[in-house]
Amino acid sequence: MSALFEVTDLVKHFPVKRGLLIDREVDRVRAVDGVSFSVAQGETLGLVGESGSGKSTLARTALQLLKPGSGSVCFEGKEIAGFSRRQMRPLRSQMQMIFQDPYASLNPRKRVGQIVGEPLRLHDKTSSAERRRRVQELLERVGLSPEHYDRFPHEFSGGQRQRIGIARAIALRPKLIVADEPVSALDVSIRAQIVNLLADLQQELGLAYVFVAHDIGVVRHVSERIAVMHNGKIVEEGPADRVCEQPQDAYTKQLLAAVPIPDPREARARREALGTS
Amino acid sequence: MASAPLLSVEDLRVGFVTEGGRVQAVGGVSFEVQPGEVLAIVGESGSGKSVTAQTIIGLTRSPNSRIEGSVRLGEEELLEAGDEDLRRVRGERIGMVFQDPMTSFNPVYRIGDQIIEAIRAHRDDGGKAEAHQRAVELLDSVGIPNAERRVRDYPHEFSGGMRQRAMIAMALALDPELLIADEPTTALDVTVQAQILALLQRLNRERGLATILITHDLGVVAEVADRVLVMYAGRVVEQGTLDEIFYDPQHPYTWGLLGSLTRMDKPRPERLPQIGGAPPSLLDLPTGCSFRSRCPHEFDRCGEMPGLDARLAEAPQHRDRCWLTPEQKRERRLVDGEIGGEPA
Repeated sequence: MSALFEVTDLVKHFPVKRGLLIDREVDRVRAVDGVSFSVAQGETLGLVGESGSGKSTLARTALQLLKPGSGSVCFEGKEIAGFSRRQMRPLRSQMQMIFQDPYASLNPRKRVGQIVGEPLRLHDKTSSAERRRRVQELLERVGLSPEHYDRFPHEFSGGQRQRIGIARAIALRPKLIVADEPVSALDVSIRAQIVNLLADLQQELGLAYVFVAHDIGVVRHVSERIAVMHNGKIVEEGPADRVCEQPQDAYTKQLLAAVPIPDPREARARREALGTS
Repeated sequence: MASAPLLSVEDLRVGFVTEGGRVQAVGGVSFEVQPGEVLAIVGESGSGKSVTAQTIIGLTRSPNSRIEGSVRLGEEELLEAGDEDLRRVRGERIGMVFQDPMTSFNPVYRIGDQIIEAIRAHRDDGGKAEAHQRAVELLDSVGIPNAERRVRDYPHEFSGGMRQRAMIAMALALDPELLIADEPTTALDVTVQAQILALLQRLNRERGLATILITHDLGVVAEVADRVLVMYAGRVVEQGTLDEIFYDPQHPYTWGLLGSLTRMDKPRPERLPQIGGAPPSLLDLPTGCSFRSRCPHEFDRCGEMPGLDARLAEAPQHRDRCWLTPEQKRERRLVDGEIGGEPA
């Protein structure tokens, strides 16, 4: 299967500057330090790592929201690394992003209809009546109601806001969605709803996901393959069950050993085995 | 549970006046904490778990709040305690750790000086050198390496995990009998979380420190708690021992929470069992059971509020607020053979 999205040796360093009049680069933060991965059409790649591992920077650099230092990013075989905003614009309809914080990622002054309809207005020159109809369809598709069209984001709960963000992301029928911690700000009972919604949309629209999260439990549930990031590098990559059940890398093992087991007997047995209790 | 409880909360009600109207954040909560016990209070945002904890130590007192019921620490009634008495209780008898270790310290003072200040505010007889020595010992006891040197660091020089350790050190400075930890590991990475949980367990074991652990994470609960309260919309909907809650849960909300967890130790299900809908607004609670609008097992009796009662002859301390019979519960909580919520 040929890759829909292929990242090779991607590098993003941030300079650390110091100096009074002339800034000198004294060091650099190697946020993304030579990373390669690929995603096939309709597939989910989970990208897991702790804070500071570089996973969010990688997501943004791959989508050209940050300018890469070096490396290659191919979408449908076409090189897009270093593309300007103008060059990226026609491709944006193909690759969308869902963000972590549904409170910060929706403009509070705009109505839901405008937020979800914005990509349609920019990319498809549709009439406003047609646009309204399509936005209402999208709202229904993500589990909201067409009557929500004229409401403002503050009238919605966290889970509903994340649904609005998802409706916006799928408005142009993209092939790839990069979701950066899409459920970690949500309550436990809402998390499963959003995970299941993303799975349904994938089935229906043939979407490929790059699912970025710190919670390896959620990542394993949604992903076919998992890449584990640590200090700007992917330290292990493989089929989701294999990575979780037979981790090879020392850091992956450490990460898995730290995940709490929501089962008191198992948790006790593990603590005894590790001698921490 | 024959021994005298350390803390006893009875019919606690906390209401706030807001722009939208009167919000009953806590609607009649009762529980006890025994000496040396770890009690977990589990719930989502808006369940009232944090307000309950904050009210115990008087942090919700305000002209806009209305607090009723009783909170007794040993013989002392805390809801009626004066500010001076409360200040003494906070620190000397109850230590508190908050979620966000980034904002719990004052950024412009050294970590050690803040711990020393906490000690000297309560023990004015001791000298400064003594308090300094105590601060070093405390940091050392919570696993800060080179405590002698790090005591002079500023908060920004500590990592998130170290700040949370320092926060715990400060909470322990005056040897309290009870520690209240409100989402102490939520802002931390899992590898750091595991260390903090191990620290809390060690303190509980070595000092017999009773702990109220407030969290939304049932994984954390399974690792450290002895007993569990599950809160929903300002009330306790189920309470029991750790094993009762995980292996014989009686309330449909608890089933839903357990079912929606992702498990690393089991094959993944095709779909995650989910709880439909969203928690009700506290401004406009339904009559009867607060969970009924989301509950797939609702029936005509649910319009009447069920009491928090023991419904199992064999487990008199296991209580829940659900009208279904125990037999119905044991049958209906299974989704594909596992405890879960609504089949998605």
